[in-house]
Amino acid sequence: MVGYVFRKVFHTAFVAFGVVTLVFAALRLSGDPAATMLPGDASVDELGALRRQLGLDRPLWLQYVQFLGGALSGDFGTSFRHQQPALPLVLERLPATLELAGAALLLAVALALPLGILAAVYRGRVVDVAAMAFAVVGQATPYFWMGIMLILIVSVELGWLPTSGRGGLERLILPAITLGTHFAASLARLTRTSMLEVLGQQFVTTARAKGLSEWSVVLAHTLKNAAVPVITLIGLQFGTLLGGAVVTETIFAWPGVGRLAVQSVFVRDYPVVQAGVFVLALTFVAINLLVDLLYGVLDPRIRRE
Amino acid sequence: MSKALALPAPASARRRAVPWTVVVPAIPVLAAVLLAVLAPWIAPHSPTSGNLALRLRPPVWQEAATADRLLGTDLLGRDLLSRLIWGARVSLLIALAATVIGAVVGSVVGLVAGFYRGTVDTVLTKLIDVQLAFPFVLLAIAVVAVAGPSIPVLVVVLAIGAWVGHARIVRGLVLSLRERDYVQAALALGAGTPRILVRHLLPEVLSTIIVLATFDVGRIIILESTLSFLGLGVQPPTPSWGSDLRDAAAYVRQAWWTAAFPGIAIMLVVLAINLLGDGLRDWLDPRVK
Repeated sequence: MVGYVFRKVFHTAFVAFGVVTLVFAALRLSGDPAATMLPGDASVDELGALRRQLGLDRPLWLQYVQFLGGALSGDFGTSFRHQQPALPLVLERLPATLELAGAALLLAVALALPLGILAAVYRGRVVDVAAMAFAVVGQATPYFWMGIMLILIVSVELGWLPTSGRGGLERLILPAITLGTHFAASLARLTRTSMLEVLGQQFVTTARAKGLSEWSVVLAHTLKNAAVPVITLIGLQFGTLLGGAVVTETIFAWPGVGRLAVQSVFVRDYPVVQAGVFVLALTFVAINLLVDLLYGVLDPRIRRE
Repeated sequence: MSKALALPAPASARRRAVPWTVVVPAIPVLAAVLLAVLAPWIAPHSPTSGNLALRLRPPVWQEAATADRLLGTDLLGRDLLSRLIWGARVSLLIALAATVIGAVVGSVVGLVAGFYRGTVDTVLTKLIDVQLAFPFVLLAIAVVAVAGPSIPVLVVVLAIGAWVGHARIVRGLVLSLRERDYVQAALALGAGTPRILVRHLLPEVLSTIIVLATFDVGRIIILESTLSFLGLGVQPPTPSWGSDLRDAAAYVRQAWWTAAFPGIAIMLVVLAINLLGDGLRDWLDPRVK
């Protein structure tokens, strides 16, 4: 297990390094940040001054080294709009984003696992058809559109829940449904497939032959063995959830990192965009490490690979 | 029986029996493509110039509607149906372009990595790992923040999001295919690498690529509409389903139809494309999960 943990941590460090490099490449190679930040009528002198201030006049490799150094020490520059260092500004908003993504994840798991298990156990019956119809339609529905429709129906027409902001459970419900449903759809589908695969194996037949009740076969024997692909998907999809949080936060005026990053694009607050993308990407990398370690615990076979 | 020994069904027999699981979802997909192609002739009104006297009219079945504005009008008095039809053009074109670029780049990378193995493969696999560790929307935000929002930038960004899946799966297939006797025989006969890649390996993985690409089109339509909704994609006044929803979200209280119909359009098209992908997969390529 120690060797496994070591390998995974090393791999994560490598991926984190790659992610930092990718952020650098995306932000520096796709255009001139100085030109993007200044208004269209800025003079050549102003442009040159800003390029010097941002260090864009230096050779690319030096910029990269300085970017790495800045990332390591948490220095992403100062927000133009808020006149404070960019990183604390982003970190301040991180709990809100994690709260939203966490709630959506819980909701998705609470919905998808029972649905997927029931669909597999009652294969071909009404539950199965209904669950898979939910999965197929859910995967085709853009979540931001679902958010708008939820606001329209639940908040505006019915007046049941507030439309925006953070604070209290009643403000969390709609954003969590918006963000969680799409994920629940793919998770339910995978849970069903994974359960069906395990239900066909010999140890399940043995458990049944021993005279165990069907539900103890399903819950005690099958579920644990079907868990690895499901947990893998949960880990992989957390990135999609963080990405989705960007959109959901925008619809519901949820004060998270994603909304801050998108707003910063429009006001050309480049250091904040940089810090926001960086923090969310690293959060995702850290969560994937946790998932890797978790299924090393669940499935001893994985540790030896 | 080993897969390598199984004789493939004669191509003619496979082609004759197109299953209903492919035909049925293909109909709405083709209809959407046809609408998109024929937009200039089919759309009843201009998608970009509105009639301010007819602002925010509801769909025809409601009171206060205008008879020749079937799905109502938006804030600027533009015909919603016409914008949807023109929007199909923009959204489908972007999704197709990004899918093709992503599929070609990803397949080439996958073929090369799987065939050469060794260092090339290790480097490319790490690259794939890193990109998979990067939520796509964030990458898009970073690029658009610097390059500015425009359709070419959007296509490139979406293609960057699509190539990884192809690279990973094609690589996996090629790793095992290259050990097959017929490939080894071709090598022994002195066939060059490009010939083996194109004549012997590509045809084997082509059906997988087609299935993946079909799902990609659906996924990319949603991603494009998401980015356009955030204001990072297609810019007004160009009609696109996502950017229309961006405007509509602001006044959804006054005019539900402006938000409802573009979303339904996206949902139906993506649903049909995903079902088509399912059908194609079962028909052409049972290997992909």
